Amino acid sequence: MEAYLGLFIRSIFIDNMALSFFLGMCTFLAISKKIDAAVGLGIAVVVVLTITVPVNNLLYAYLLSDGALAWAGLPDVDLSFLGLLTYIGVIAALVQILEMVLDKYVPALYAALGVFLPLITVNCAILGASLFMVERDYNFTESVVYGAGAGVGWALAIAALAGIREKLKYSDVPDGLQGLGITFITVGLMSLGFMSFGGIDI
Amino acid sequence: MGLRKFLDNIEPHFQGGGRFEKWYALYEVFDTFLYAPSSVTRTSAHVRDGVDLKRIMITVWLAAFPAMFYGMYNLGFQANTIMAATGMSGPSDWHGWLISLLAGYDPDSIWDCFWHGAMYYIPIYAVTFVVGIAWEILFAIKRGHEVNEGFFVTSILFALTCPPDIPLWQVAMGISFGVVIGKEVFGGTGKNFLNPALTGRAFLFFAYPAQLSGDAVWTAVDGYTAATALSVAATDGMQVMMNQIGWMNAFLGNIHGSIGETSTLAILLGGSLLLYTRIASWRIVAGVFLGMTALSTLFNIVGSESNPMFAMTWYWHLVVGGFAFGMIFMATDPVSAAMTNLGKWWFGILIGIMVVLIRVVNPAFPEGMMLAILFANLFAPLIDHYVVQANVRRRLARG
Repeated sequence: MEAYLGLFIRSIFIDNMALSFFLGMCTFLAISKKIDAAVGLGIAVVVVLTITVPVNNLLYAYLLSDGALAWAGLPDVDLSFLGLLTYIGVIAALVQILEMVLDKYVPALYAALGVFLPLITVNCAILGASLFMVERDYNFTESVVYGAGAGVGWALAIAALAGIREKLKYSDVPDGLQGLGITFITVGLMSLGFMSFGGIDI
Repeated sequence: MGLRKFLDNIEPHFQGGGRFEKWYALYEVFDTFLYAPSSVTRTSAHVRDGVDLKRIMITVWLAAFPAMFYGMYNLGFQANTIMAATGMSGPSDWHGWLISLLAGYDPDSIWDCFWHGAMYYIPIYAVTFVVGIAWEILFAIKRGHEVNEGFFVTSILFALTCPPDIPLWQVAMGISFGVVIGKEVFGGTGKNFLNPALTGRAFLFFAYPAQLSGDAVWTAVDGYTAATALSVAATDGMQVMMNQIGWMNAFLGNIHGSIGETSTLAILLGGSLLLYTRIASWRIVAGVFLGMTALSTLFNIVGSESNPMFAMTWYWHLVVGGFAFGMIFMATDPVSAAMTNLGKWWFGILIGIMVVLIRVVNPAFPEGMMLAILFANLFAPLIDHYVVQANVRRRLARG
């Protein structure tokens, strides 16, 4: 139990998807103008990650990895070269389903997220989490915890960035840095703040 | 009134259309530094208050003086004590030459210690001030805003968080980063979201770890290693630290550390002025204290066999490292802290919790105050947002 808690905290703060790996930057920068939309997107990412990472874990363990097809009588088959294709397919399908659910039940959030919801499909944080899961050999339970933690960490980061950007509306940024320029600097300074967790070994 | 007349005479040259129009910011600095501005609000309703931005900043600057003077004395005292004990002679560089001009190396003489410390602190402060103000004026002239007293605070806080042995070019780098990236790119005082002094300090901390952390940098004696109280506690355990230092010494400031952070007493002295004048928010200070006390007590109860820091009690956390300095001067920075009353509590508690977490759980950094405050700065706008939303909801529900 303690190990899972450690992994959860680790994936939120220390291995923060957005601020230590700089993954999922496009949506991170684009949807962080308003706190409400950012939190909505954050929740969507948490949901997608918590589902896709374990699903991909199962696929990897029982279909793709070396010798995984032993249960079907094919112990010598190694399909791990299909990994990328499979993960992205799973992610795309899940995002489609999530989109339909949001459209039906939370139309306000659906409208706020707009084109960026389908773009979660190609959000590198989502695919990155699946690839990290494979690379670090997580088992099923670990991948559930890791998926949720990575999602929460990303959501926390984008919510904080949106808060800062709402505050920065009142600032007086030089012309050349308006918009994305100052956002990049902001994100850089934020990851300086998140450095406080670097070196923690849980 | 000759000076006032002179300033009035040259003023037209600096205003729109004048010969030195570009340099208006520079003129404005000198004028408002010497005299209260004569401009007043012209429309009807406004509140007059003696406490304007200028006075707030100058008060904070003055409040840092006890810590600064004690810091200078302590810096010299620690160095002189070590020299007397080991028989080393004074520093052989220009520091030594300057010290020998007016004082000796006697640890019992207050003047000797003070002068020794001043010769290390004043160059650091001078470099901070000159480099920082140059950036400020450059931006003010180019961007057309005014240079204001905010930099007095940034400069003194930055200089006081430096270790005594820091190379001066690093001081210049740090304050440049703090002022330019931490503040001016956002438009100057009041527009930034991180404390500029801490941004510069954190930049140095991660860019030049050899000169900003470890055991060799906390005294002004070359080649002498003296661990800060926190690193003693982290490596040798609480008992060793308590025997070696003693709580009263740590409270009064007779320990190694950054220049301004050592004396909790001097910091609280300045802090009481800030709290009395309500320039520093008591809610933030109370929140930091509460969060720190709660979590450190929790760690005391839980206990740990392998990690000696778990045993550190709240009254030790208070007096060692930069906790008191950060709590009074850094966390209460009105620009980068939370703005709402309830938000200030949460902001403070977040800092208190984070500082204990970093000190106790993170073996990479023995000190956590700087990083805890920067971390809480990131979440301050979000905290405010939710406090405001909660208020809105409550009022709507009331009908």
